[in-house]
Amino acid sequence: MQTLARTDLPVAVDNVEPQQYLTFMLSGEMFAIGIVVIKEIIEYGYVTPVPRMPDFIRGVINLRGAVVPVIDLSARFGRGPGMIGRRTCIVIIETGLGDDVQTLGVMVDSVSEVLEISASDIEPPPSFGTHIRTDFIAGMGKVRGKFVIILDVNHVLSTEEMADLVQSGL
Amino acid sequence: MSMEDALLTFVSESRELLEQMEDALLHFSADPEQINSIFRAAHTIKGSAGLFGLDDVVAFTHVAESVLDRVRSGELEVGNEMITLLLASGDHIGRLVSLVESGSQADDDLKADGQMLVDQLKAYLSGSVAAVKATVPVEQEVVLEKASTGDALTDNWHISIRFNEDVLRNGMDPAAFLLYLSGMGEIISVAALTDRVPALADMDPETCYLGFEINFASTASKADIDATFDFIREGSRISIIPPRSQIDAYISIINSLPEEDLKLGEILVRCGTLTESELKSALTEQLDTESVQPIGEMLVEHNQVHAPVVEAALARQKQVKDNKAAQASSIRVDSARLDHLISLVGELIIVGSSASLIASRIGESDLLEVTSNMSRMVEEVRDSAMSLRMVQIGATFNRFQRVVHDVSQELGKDIRLEIHGGETELDKTVVEKITDPLTHLVRNAMDHGIEPADVRLARGKPAQGCLRLNAWHDSGSIMLEVADDGGGLNTARIRAKAVERGLISADAELSDHDIHQLIFEAGFSTADAVSNLSGRGVGMDVVRSNITALRGSVELLSQPGEGTTVRVRLPLTLAIIDGFQVGVGQERYVIPLEMVEECIEFNRNQSRIDESGFIDLRGEVLPFVRLRQLFEQEGQGPARQNIVVLNFAGKRAGVVVDSLHGELQTVIRPLGKMFRSLPGISGFTILGTGNVALVMDVASLVDMMSRRDQQVAGGAVVVI
Repeated sequence: MQTLARTDLPVAVDNVEPQQYLTFMLSGEMFAIGIVVIKEIIEYGYVTPVPRMPDFIRGVINLRGAVVPVIDLSARFGRGPGMIGRRTCIVIIETGLGDDVQTLGVMVDSVSEVLEISASDIEPPPSFGTHIRTDFIAGMGKVRGKFVIILDVNHVLSTEEMADLVQSGL
Repeated sequence: MSMEDALLTFVSESRELLEQMEDALLHFSADPEQINSIFRAAHTIKGSAGLFGLDDVVAFTHVAESVLDRVRSGELEVGNEMITLLLASGDHIGRLVSLVESGSQADDDLKADGQMLVDQLKAYLSGSVAAVKATVPVEQEVVLEKASTGDALTDNWHISIRFNEDVLRNGMDPAAFLLYLSGMGEIISVAALTDRVPALADMDPETCYLGFEINFASTASKADIDATFDFIREGSRISIIPPRSQIDAYISIINSLPEEDLKLGEILVRCGTLTESELKSALTEQLDTESVQPIGEMLVEHNQVHAPVVEAALARQKQVKDNKAAQASSIRVDSARLDHLISLVGELIIVGSSASLIASRIGESDLLEVTSNMSRMVEEVRDSAMSLRMVQIGATFNRFQRVVHDVSQELGKDIRLEIHGGETELDKTVVEKITDPLTHLVRNAMDHGIEPADVRLARGKPAQGCLRLNAWHDSGSIMLEVADDGGGLNTARIRAKAVERGLISADAELSDHDIHQLIFEAGFSTADAVSNLSGRGVGMDVVRSNITALRGSVELLSQPGEGTTVRVRLPLTLAIIDGFQVGVGQERYVIPLEMVEECIEFNRNQSRIDESGFIDLRGEVLPFVRLRQLFEQEGQGPARQNIVVLNFAGKRAGVVVDSLHGELQTVIRPLGKMFRSLPGISGFTILGTGNVALVMDVASLVDMMSRRDQQVAGGAVVVI
């Protein structure tokens, strides 16, 4: 997975066309996710809790007949459970490749906008100084003179890693 | 049809044929029709394999087929040994076919097995090589019957093929057809027609320009020869002329094919199909007829050659009537399509229940009536959709005829298999998953259960052991039973072993029945000697975990000296169940309705031993658990709570919940990767409100509680 993340980056750099990113807020900080993996964004509704799960698994929701796990991103970053506010959203994301596609919901404080960030404006992740694990970061995007953390979805939402955490918690 | 599709068809057809062959072998009698059907199965597999150039399959099947041919002609007697050998050969073909399916190569073991079988088969052949076939099979006689004046003298078939130009592009190899033909008879000579091949510069390497004229000696029927070319019939010109046909037939070929007449004639002569003089007369006749007879009529005449083939086909059809009659009224459906239908029905149920919910909220009586009609209809649709996936257990049971046959030979025991309730139906996915555990139970019963003949006789039992497979429906479940009339379990030995393994304490008080269930614990095997068949200690616990994975349970009943019965209880279906909805706080949980026995009010004051988790239910001690605690839900329950009494495989347990919400149809969604092996939960379901509810896994819940009780009994209180 480590190498996979590294190979992701040159692709973005080689690409002359600016990529589109969805930015969102999480406890006052701005993050971005590449728009290709995002299926839709829904309002935070009723989430059914699943017993005996680590706190970053908020529960499951019904997405038009499919049962989709909802990840509490704040808890996943080790910042404690996220607060539910008026603008809390669930971003529906598809991760994995080929047959192993998993649909997940990610709970965020609020969704901001879709931005184009050209590859030249993306810096490699810093080795220290961020509040979250560096392997969760795909790069730092410069937007209007500020830095936005572009998340590496395959790491943040790695089904294997999360399922292992679930197992070890049981 | 692409090559992969064709190969898949080949694989599935071969498996079916092998199954028929096995069935016929196991019920072998001297009935010629049965011998014919075994022969035909082998022959068809060989034929189709030839088309794909699967040389391994062709080579091996050919030997088996030769032996069968001798049997068919009455030269070879069929004894038990031969049946065993033929069964093994059938298995080997099956393995070769599986290799084709997975696209892998045979390993050395498999090759060695194959060689051993070939040697054994050849031993039968060499015993009677010189013998002349006594009887000619009926099918062939029909074809050969036609003999009249004006016939060509040759005794051989003549096949003329002009391949479709796309043959190579479609993934067929023209050489494979020749190879296949050579499996059916002898190719006396082949002339390749290369006229259509253009100059090198114009040649498209993917286009097939070839044609063949083949002089072919074979006793196969025209239908069989014709079937060789099934895959390339489209766009190719194929003419097959039976031995001693009228010369007219040859004329019509000569006319209908693009090559120059004289040249083609010469080729036929070169092939040895026609003699020089026959050709001459043919050509003269052609001159006479060509002017008056349009090519169409020529072709009709050509078609007349097929008349015997039609008869042969009819004769053949009649032979397979038994099997085909049943199949004619059914259609094959891709199981993925069925699964899709079932999942759509699932969606329908969810949408339907939310419609009913809204209707009851609005309270409009017309709307209520419509929605209640609709939910009834949906229920019917659900039942009939589910019934599409229902298959009879009989086919699976019958497979054990073979297992019993093989294992009893291996063990040197005489054991017969009795099958009851083969018409009992259950979900196909359940059937697929139950085969392995059943096989294990059957083998176990034969190996450990049934005693050797001398012991049996000494105990006053008949020498022949009896194994019974039994199936029946019992209140929303299907029961499967594997019973033997052997010695029964040795209770004392199991107890000793369990103490040795630390499964129970030496002074634990257990009933015989409870002791017997211990053999389902992991790593438990009482076999003194590890045999080839069982006794490796990985058996019964795997059986149990496979069965519980299907939301089923297994129980063992044993009577010393009279035999052992293993009873498996399985749900009828995996996807959609009748559920009972309960609530804790805001959350809803669904319990499979068939496991709910009753609901009673949970009165704290009434139960004196409340906190240790037992309640007095009409004088009976009922262990219970609070769902709120079990699922770590916050908050306090209301003053009036309810206890749902669950019954799973004879064990009872209570679950304390806040509220009861009645029955509902439940579509079970799998837990998925993230939540695999979540204890106490077997899946999700979507309620009419659109919210997700958890489906409780009663089996693991009851299991969890009974383990807790054992620990409680042992002195250690564990709070769940």
